[in-house]
Amino acid sequence: MSEDVQARIDAVVKNNPVVLFMKGSPLFPQCGFSSRAVAILQHLGVEFESVDVLQDQGIRQGIKAYSDWPTIPQLYVGGEFVGGSDIMMEMYESGELAELFEGAAKAD
Amino acid sequence: MAMAADDIAALIRAGIPDAEVEITDLAGDGDHYAARVVSATFAGMPRVRQHQAVYAALGGRMGGVLHALQLTTAVPK
Repeated sequence: MSEDVQARIDAVVKNNPVVLFMKGSPLFPQCGFSSRAVAILQHLGVEFESVDVLQDQGIRQGIKAYSDWPTIPQLYVGGEFVGGSDIMMEMYESGELAELFEGAAKAD
Repeated sequence: MAMAADDIAALIRAGIPDAEVEITDLAGDGDHYAARVVSATFAGMPRVRQHQAVYAALGGRMGGVLHALQLTTAVPK
């Protein structure tokens, strides 16, 4: 895995409060799991940066090594890996995700 | 490419011996599964680590031959 890709991913993760690595765009998700992740963030009214991994094979593979996580989508808040769409859904249903974003907004 | 539900459960149990594993074939196509994994070894682990433990048991198949596995993890009550 090239260090350059890891550095690029790290910069995106660290420079944006909320980032979703996904397949497709929020308007046109290319996978059911990515679509679900976008729907959760939009439902919570969260502004987020998105990265379409289908546009960049380096990032598509590199993001899996970056987080030691085998699948996409991947959500990062405040520079930390939160999880994929299953964890997002679980945290959404329990109210933890809303709390996480409230906490992140205050920290800004 | 797909995997049989029993193979998925067997791999998870091999990696996490005390795990209770429930696999549901979501679409009936042998390709879209949900797994619920309950293990005492998850106690005190954040969710991301619990899921990583299951992915480790699947030995790199997740995101490869195993395209779609909805995962829920829990500690026994």
